[in-house]
Amino acid sequence: MTTLIDNVFNGLALGAVYALVALGFVIIFKASGVMNFAHGSLLLLGGYLTAVLHDAIGFAAALALSVLVTAAVAGAMDRFLLQAGGGADPHTAAVQTIVTIGVDIVILTDLSRRIGGDLLSLGDPWGDSVSGLGPVTVADSRIAAIAVSTAVIAGVFALFRYTSWGLSLRASAEDVEAAALMGVRLVRVRTLAWCLAGALAALAAVFLAAFPAPGLERTTGQIALKAFPAAILGGMSSPPGALAGSLLIGLTEALVAGYQSELTLLGEGFGSVAPYAVMVLVLLVRPTGLFGAKAAIRV
Amino acid sequence: MSERFPRPRAVRLGRTLALVAVLCAPPFYLDAFWLRIGLFSMAAAVGAVGLGLLSGTAGQLSLGHAFFLAVGAYGYVWLAGEPGPGLPTALAAVLAVLLAGAAGGLFSPVAGRVRGIYLGVATLALVFLGNHVLLTADSVTGGFNGRSVAPLEIGGFSFSSESELTVLGVPFAAEERLWYLGLALFALTWFTARGLLRGRPGRALAALRDSETAAAVMGVDVARHRSAAFVVSSMYAGLAGVMLALAFRRVVPDYFGLVLSVDYLAMIVIGGLGSVAGATAGAVFVTALPLLMTRYADQLPLVAAPGSTDGGVGPTEAARYLYGALIVLVLLFAPDGLHGLVRRARARLRERRGGSPPTDTTPRHDPPRPAVRAKEPTP
Repeated sequence: MTTLIDNVFNGLALGAVYALVALGFVIIFKASGVMNFAHGSLLLLGGYLTAVLHDAIGFAAALALSVLVTAAVAGAMDRFLLQAGGGADPHTAAVQTIVTIGVDIVILTDLSRRIGGDLLSLGDPWGDSVSGLGPVTVADSRIAAIAVSTAVIAGVFALFRYTSWGLSLRASAEDVEAAALMGVRLVRVRTLAWCLAGALAALAAVFLAAFPAPGLERTTGQIALKAFPAAILGGMSSPPGALAGSLLIGLTEALVAGYQSELTLLGEGFGSVAPYAVMVLVLLVRPTGLFGAKAAIRV
Repeated sequence: MSERFPRPRAVRLGRTLALVAVLCAPPFYLDAFWLRIGLFSMAAAVGAVGLGLLSGTAGQLSLGHAFFLAVGAYGYVWLAGEPGPGLPTALAAVLAVLLAGAAGGLFSPVAGRVRGIYLGVATLALVFLGNHVLLTADSVTGGFNGRSVAPLEIGGFSFSSESELTVLGVPFAAEERLWYLGLALFALTWFTARGLLRGRPGRALAALRDSETAAAVMGVDVARHRSAAFVVSSMYAGLAGVMLALAFRRVVPDYFGLVLSVDYLAMIVIGGLGSVAGATAGAVFVTALPLLMTRYADQLPLVAAPGSTDGGVGPTEAARYLYGALIVLVLLFAPDGLHGLVRRARARLRERRGGSPPTDTTPRHDPPRPAVRAKEPTP
């Protein structure tokens, strides 16, 4: 029983962090139709900045600064590299998706060179402390991950729901031409979406590198790949869906890894690929994810 | 392109012969390094043509191409090797291609239902699940260390360095022999894919890409064509996998990861979506460039010698920087890829020559719609 609670809690914490990444991913897709392959690099950039700055200016300031810088980099990437070509080309989104691959290669190469084989500590205040929670002990960083993610995600939903930017974003995701005719500044709305996604990625890096993970390494960015199935499971067009999908992915991964010994038939390390198996099964039943809007086709 | 300007038959024949001669010459003049680049490029071109058919023409985004390459490569290794049935290698190669096609067919329940970006990520799952199988099914795949590849043998002629062969005073080792095999297989791919694209199936797929509803109304069987595109594309991937296995002489699971899938996607977009020539150009660009730059990067300014520890930029990193930057630059200045770049350069050249601007009477391939698309247009 304790193992089960342990695993469930681990899964929720993992899912909450995936949700931060997946949400950014979905926001970018909603705003621009681009699959951002550079998301892992942005995440790594955020983590790296926090790691090198926290000694000098303290954790909170370092985190704030790295979130800002990562947001700025993401925004600049969208504005100067992706949108520079203009939107007239019919396969713009596909081309821009590939441009993010190029950007990813450049950022990742540079960060890998700087990080090398090191494990960087982010200097987060939770360290390796644990708390007793009923019958189980859990790492404080995990509790913080759940709390912070929940708060931030609620904040992002509030942004969508109550600000004019959120309204503009939803309108342009619904119908670009109509939104433009209504006076939505597409370029600005879109760039802001990229900034927000970058900020979320930088924040997620903190929890991905915190205890019980050993620290920030150059492969940390690859975790962003787990956000793909999370975002898809929930339905690309639905931010609450991304949240539900992330929790499902986190739970699946933690449970399969936790009960590894009873699942030897599936091979060692199945935990890390189980999310993909779950995703394919879900897509077979619901081709647009659990919460995705079914595209209406009118003729 | 020659049909746009009908030339005398003799000129066309001469051009074709010249092209064939140029393609056949390298083994006599270049060393193994260049030949290997050529082999990898040819294999990549075959795979990229397959992906171009699926994602460029049929508009089905696939990130799972690495999986089908792996099925081809490992299929060949297992079928031709020990442990395994130990079939004749030529038969094993054919069966491996069919196996990859069958794998694509098995995926069609998903491919037939799931669209756009959902399909892209569903195929991404194939790569990760496939990699897991490659790592754990030791008896078939050799696990983490992979397996060595049995050299291909057709009618007693072996594509390896074992037997000695000298042609016109040039010793023919594995690379030289594989070069001609690669050329033959690439030619096969080129003509079959162009035939498919220009014929009825190609038009049906393009119609599906532009609007499924309209295509269905015109009598295109949507589900059948969608899965057929997947099967055919997987077979090209399988063939590319076999070619890669032969060129590498050893297959390891690490190679067939997400990076490879993304590379293939980059090939078809950089080359220009929806054309066989574009996919080929993109494949050469993406395959050859990193290899060349890694080899010559130490001659660039500001690049530290390999192995130095002063934190400078090493040749490998410099090559990666340049490669990433080049992808961005090419697409920034030519969003329609290398194919579009060449087409525009040609048109400009023709204008400067004083010829009339091209009045296209021949049907030109329409610029394809994106493979990544948010929703069905609702007019």
